[in-house]
This record gives sequence, structure tokens and C-alpha cells, in this order.
Amino acid sequence: MPLFREPEGGAGVAIRATLKRDLVLLMRRRSEVLNPLVFFALVITLFPIGISPDPELLAIIAPGLLWVAALLAALLSLDSLFRSDYDDGSLEQLLLSPQPLPALALAKVAVHWLLTGLPLALMAPLLGIMLSLPAGSYVVLALSLALGSASLSLIGAIGAALTVGLSRGGVLLSLLVLPLYIPVLIFGAGAVQAAILGDGVSAHLAILGALLAMALSLAPWAIAASLRISING
Amino acid sequence: MWAFIHKLGSPKWFYAISARLQPWFWVAAAVLILVGSAWGLAFAPADYQQGNSFRIIYVHVPAAFLAQSIFVSMAVAGFIFMVWKIKIADMAAAMMAPLGAAMTFVALFSGAVWGVPTWGTWWMWDARLTSMLILLFLYFGVIALRGAFSSRDSASRAASVLAMVGVINIPIIKYSVDWWYTLHQPATFSVTSRPAMPVEMWAPLLIMVLGFYCFFIALTLMRTRSEILRREASKHWVRELAGEVK
Repeated sequence: MPLFREPEGGAGVAIRATLKRDLVLLMRRRSEVLNPLVFFALVITLFPIGISPDPELLAIIAPGLLWVAALLAALLSLDSLFRSDYDDGSLEQLLLSPQPLPALALAKVAVHWLLTGLPLALMAPLLGIMLSLPAGSYVVLALSLALGSASLSLIGAIGAALTVGLSRGGVLLSLLVLPLYIPVLIFGAGAVQAAILGDGVSAHLAILGALLAMALSLAPWAIAASLRISING
Repeated sequence: MWAFIHKLGSPKWFYAISARLQPWFWVAAAVLILVGSAWGLAFAPADYQQGNSFRIIYVHVPAAFLAQSIFVSMAVAGFIFMVWKIKIADMAAAMMAPLGAAMTFVALFSGAVWGVPTWGTWWMWDARLTSMLILLFLYFGVIALRGAFSSRDSASRAASVLAMVGVINIPIIKYSVDWWYTLHQPATFSVTSRPAMPVEMWAPLLIMVLGFYCFFIALTLMRTRSEILRREASKHWVRELAGEVK
């Protein structure tokens, strides 16, 4: 009889446990989930006030505005991705666990997307109405945001992992991450634009999917490496 | 071969070898840049469409080349540092970053100046200018991240990871910006579809590009040497060099 036994199931169990733990934690801190959504709505409100309430003008800039505002809201929520785990030491336990860190990091990012990216995508059509976004592009807006925000969460998590050990990483985080967000923004806003013009949107969505596939396959390793740097430093 | 690389990886050896290489690169850079700029600015024929204003290409293109190559070299150095823990690679990467940012700025600035006679405006959201601007932000990110850590080892590793992430993203950003630009076709004259250059025009350009590369190598060697002295200040051989110990 060995004294010490690996828990049954290995990585699968660990990933499920991480998913569950993060979901429960975030559901208990509702404001953290709601704040990006409120921020999104607020930023969208600023534009008609700052530019013009003219529906025709707003309709032209709506796709870009919605995408940029959603992107900023997603960015805002990144800092808290690893922060509380870092503060209470559970991130260190995650690193010490025998399960592969990239998989556990991916689980954390998945929860972040589920409670930030997805709600933003669902809320965007509502704000689209307020910006008189032309009909026929609402589904594409939600779809492109849902697809794109998953890439945003993955790429952003690299930045969040790199800056989690720094006491004031907030502004630095946006400096690191925003340039990397540009391709997603181009194809995301492009998809909505194409839907308005009546062009095919499948090309844009396919490229967003390709970006996501690439982020999914590379980002977890970069996140894991960055977390190790932040913890051991 | 491997022994040589290992020796090169030791700061002391690198310091000795670079001392011998450095003057050659400085001389080559000075000669090439002097010849190239004299030829390009004074003797090359004027462009039939743009007149003399095209001569800014002799600064703009070499700077843009360097801006991109330096980011790639920084990422390669970061990779070498992360995998083989060769400290020299990290020192070189740290010393390259500001030069790369400066070259990106030079490319942007000369592009803007070039824009006045060709586009009639200082700034256009042209695909190349936009990607250059994003590259500048990527440089700022790497430099800022390195500066944000208090422990040097964490700073080096974080900057290496970010440089590698950035270098994977540069082609993606470049192609998506190109796509975005062609989608929003502006109705202006574009420099992109320039007719093929005659030899008298591109020969000085080639010389300038080579000169800029030599300048980059010479400056990186020089800066890395002083960084070695700074980081290894407590080592015996450095103190011997400084005459503190016999």
C-alpha cells in the first residue's frame, strides 16, 4: 500500500475543481461581474453626449464604438483575474499542484470569459439599439463579440499574469495588452460593418475563430510561464 | 563550435571579443552611411513623380527595417535567455529595446515628413504607418515592463516572454492592418504602388540599409559592454579592470 496516492482523475479533476471554485468565487462577488457591464453601458452613453445625438451619425460609428467599448470593459476586468488569488496565496498553491499549470490557467481564463466576455456580448445588442445600429447586424455583433472576447481574455491573461506581482500594474497592463488586441478589434468591428453593408460575414467570423484557435493553443503556455515569473520573482 | 558559443556566453569573454569586433562595425557603419547618404542625397536621380522629396526614403526605409529586425532580435535574445539562461542575451535584449523604439520613431517621423509632399498631410492612417505606430507601442510595453520589476531576474524573464508574445503577434497585426486598410480604401495617392526603382536609386538605399545594420550592431555591442560592467561590477575581473584589486 503506498503511503501517498495521486488523487483519482488527475488533471481532469483539477480543471473541474478550478472551474467550479472560480465560478463560485465570482458569483459571490457579483460587483466584479457587474462592473465591466456597467462600465460598458457608461462608455457607450458618453459618445452620443460627446459627439452628437444624431441617429444617422451614430449609426455610422456604432460598430466601432461598441467594439472598442466592449474591449475596454474586458480590459478593465483583467486586473482582477489573478489578483485576489495572488494576494491570498492560492495562486502559489495552483503553481505547486502536480497538474499542468497551462490547463489550470486555461480553466481560470474560461471562467473569466464566461462571466465577462459572454455577458458583454449579450449586452452589446441592447446598447446597439441605443446607438441606432442598423438592423440585421445585431446577431453578428453578439457573435463576433462572443468569439472575439474569448481571444481577448486569453491574450489579456498573459498581460495580467505578467503584472500580477506588481503593486500598480493597472496602467502597465493596458499598455502591454492593447496593441495585441488590435487584430481582434479589426476583424470584430469588421464583421459588424460587413453585416451592415450586407456583405458576407463568414470570412470575418472565420478569422476571429482562427485567432481564437491560435490564442487557445499558444496563450496557456505563455500565461503559465508568466505566472511562474510573477510568483518566483 | 559549442565551446565557442559557451565562451561567448560568459560575460568576460564577450567583453574581450566585442572589444576587438566593435571598432570594425563602427568604421563600417560610418563609411557606409556617409557613402550612402552622399550618393542618395546628392547623386541619385530625382524621382519622376515625387521629385527630390523621395530622397527621404534613404532614412525612412533603413529605419523601418531596423525597427522590425530589432524587435525580432530582441525576441530571439529573449528566447535564448529563457532556454539556455545565457545572461549576455538578456543584456543585449535590454540594450536593444530603446534603440528599436528610437528607430521606430525615426521611421514614423520620416514617414510623416514624407507625407507632407506626397499626401499633403502629416498623418494618414496608412497601413504601414499604422503598423509602425503599433510596433512603437509594443516597444514601449517591453521597456515599461522591464522597468516595472524591482528584481532584475523577474524583469528579464518577463520582458523576454513579452518580446516573444509580441513577435508572434507582429505578423498578425501587420496582415490585419493591411486588410483593414484595403477595406477602407482611401481615395488618395498611395506610395505602395511605386514603379520598380532603377539601380542608381536602390544601390544607395542598399548601402544605407547595410550601414544602419552595422550601426545597430556596433551600438548594441558598445551598450552591452557597459551593461556587463554594470551588472558584473562586483566580479573580480571587473574590479581588476577598474584597478580596484590587483
